[in-house]
Amino acid sequence: MNTTLKTLVAVAATGSLLNAAELTGKISVKGTPPPAKPITAVKADPNCGKSRTEDAMTRTWVVGADSGLANVVVYIKGGLEGKTFKASEEKPLIDQTGCMYEPYVSAVQVGQAFQVRNSDAFMHNVNATPKINKGFNFAQANAGQVNDKTFDKAELGAKFACNVHPWMIAYISVIENPFFAVSDKNGKFTIKGDLPDGKYTLAAFHQKGGEVTTEIEVKGGKATAALEIEAKQ
Amino acid sequence: MASSATSQRWLFRFSLLTAACTLVLICIGGLVTSKGVGMAVPDWPTSYGYNMFALPLSTWLTGGVFDEHTHRLVATVVGTLVVVLTRWLGGRESRRWLAAVAVAELLAGFLILRLGPDWKGAGYFLMGIGGVVLLASMVWARNETAPGNLPALGWWAFALVQIQGLLGGLRVVLDKEVISGTTLGTVFGLIHGCLGQAFFVLLCFVALQQSAWWHRSGIRPLPRALGLLLPLATVAVIGQLLLGASMRHQHAGLAIHDFPTAYGSLWPATDSASIERYNQARTDEMTVTAFQIFLQMFHRLGAVVAVVLVWTCAWQARTDAIETGMRRGLFLWAGLLGLQFALGAATIWTAKAADVATAHVAIGALSLATGVLLTLRSRCGKASDVFASPPSPASGSIAVSGR
Repeated sequence: MNTTLKTLVAVAATGSLLNAAELTGKISVKGTPPPAKPITAVKADPNCGKSRTEDAMTRTWVVGADSGLANVVVYIKGGLEGKTFKASEEKPLIDQTGCMYEPYVSAVQVGQAFQVRNSDAFMHNVNATPKINKGFNFAQANAGQVNDKTFDKAELGAKFACNVHPWMIAYISVIENPFFAVSDKNGKFTIKGDLPDGKYTLAAFHQKGGEVTTEIEVKGGKATAALEIEAKQ
Repeated sequence: MASSATSQRWLFRFSLLTAACTLVLICIGGLVTSKGVGMAVPDWPTSYGYNMFALPLSTWLTGGVFDEHTHRLVATVVGTLVVVLTRWLGGRESRRWLAAVAVAELLAGFLILRLGPDWKGAGYFLMGIGGVVLLASMVWARNETAPGNLPALGWWAFALVQIQGLLGGLRVVLDKEVISGTTLGTVFGLIHGCLGQAFFVLLCFVALQQSAWWHRSGIRPLPRALGLLLPLATVAVIGQLLLGASMRHQHAGLAIHDFPTAYGSLWPATDSASIERYNQARTDEMTVTAFQIFLQMFHRLGAVVAVVLVWTCAWQARTDAIETGMRRGLFLWAGLLGLQFALGAATIWTAKAADVATAHVAIGALSLATGVLLTLRSRCGKASDVFASPPSPASGSIAVSGR
């Protein structure tokens, strides 16, 4: 086996070249956040009331098993300086269904297209009011209408609202690299991608709880992290 | 002479109708802001691409579109009423001026349309108004010019209603433009809200100048203390309007959600840790800032100052030797301020229920108009001295009875 081949095998064994890295972990909430409340306006609306069987609830703090905190954007914040990444071809979907946005929190890469769909049988408008990117406001009058949109600057928590049904709110974070995820209902997250071994700063951003960071080291394509976001009283 | 008096009576009624419709328009505008549905129709002057008078009923009746589109339709009614009022107040002399304005607006609208698709809103708006004004200029009635400053005030209303319409439209189409971290939509919305109230006061002034009370002779100057207090109290009410409008158009009416305490204290902490804590405890989607909390605290303090000043005016009026109409006006004003204070508190206690918050806007407009008109009335023996010479009683052009 020549030297080059030996090197390739050694690197591949550690995962440093293939880089099929997987970062896993959990976001927990410390303290007692305010409980979710029913959004009574949904049932009161003639169209929306018919489209839902259960109450729509506020989603500012969604806490699952063992204090796991949902809707947290987890991403690599430091350690990739000077590197550029091609935007993913995949188009995440923000759906309007039952007079609520689904998902409530999502994330895309800078320059990555995403889709906004109206799955309801009646109209919505999509009013995006980001602070850094250019906002937009357009109508989706028909069921099934889909529009593609892109943000070209990094930004956390860009707000989407429907003013026809003003309780409808969603947030989308725009991350500079492809290494991000949104925590699930139990606070768990998995970031997969071609991330080389090394030391990084991992950040977790929650719309109400703000951002916390921790230093991680990816070894052999693996790393785990546990972060805690405090709900202050 | 009789026909002139009859005409003047109808002009007075028409002025009242225009002012009343403007108050309705302010209420619907207040409802739009209270519900946060101002952007439910993303385009202007079209609505969802339709000519605004041809929007399908099914779309109009959907959620917040109903409030926003109704606001636009009522605004066109008020705009038309004001054009008619201007024509009526200006007499037959106003026809050629209206025609000149109409031609200028039609031409300007046509030229603006040629600038490109981004300008079509302003272009169609100007051409639409120009068409209505042209029609008004073609009304053949050979009516006399209204006395005193009324024709001039009519032209002011004519200009303001068009500026107000344009501001309302720009609030929509420039909503995504940001200057120094503030969207132009918020800025234009704030100016639109304040100018709407000023426009209402102007129309009330036009109507009231034609009333019997306004032209009754023998109005005594107010006692010195009341003469000083009245304008001061009016300034306090104007300040409250500005603070309230700033809060509403930042949707910061609930920056503090308890009353009479503020976050459990007499004066809330506004350090960054406290602001973070307040925001984390909220289940709504709003993120409050220290500035918004200060704004609401000043609005609360201003409310106390305004109520004390207005009630002191009413208390003085109870004993001072002043004209009956002025006394009644001051008592009415005191009642409105008390109601307004209660509605402000109720706005917080009901978590800014749209109907309560809108009633707060409506009573605020009436309080403002009452204060300004009483102040103008008090500053001179005859109120029409404020801007111009009063109408000659001998001409019989103002009917002083039966109003």
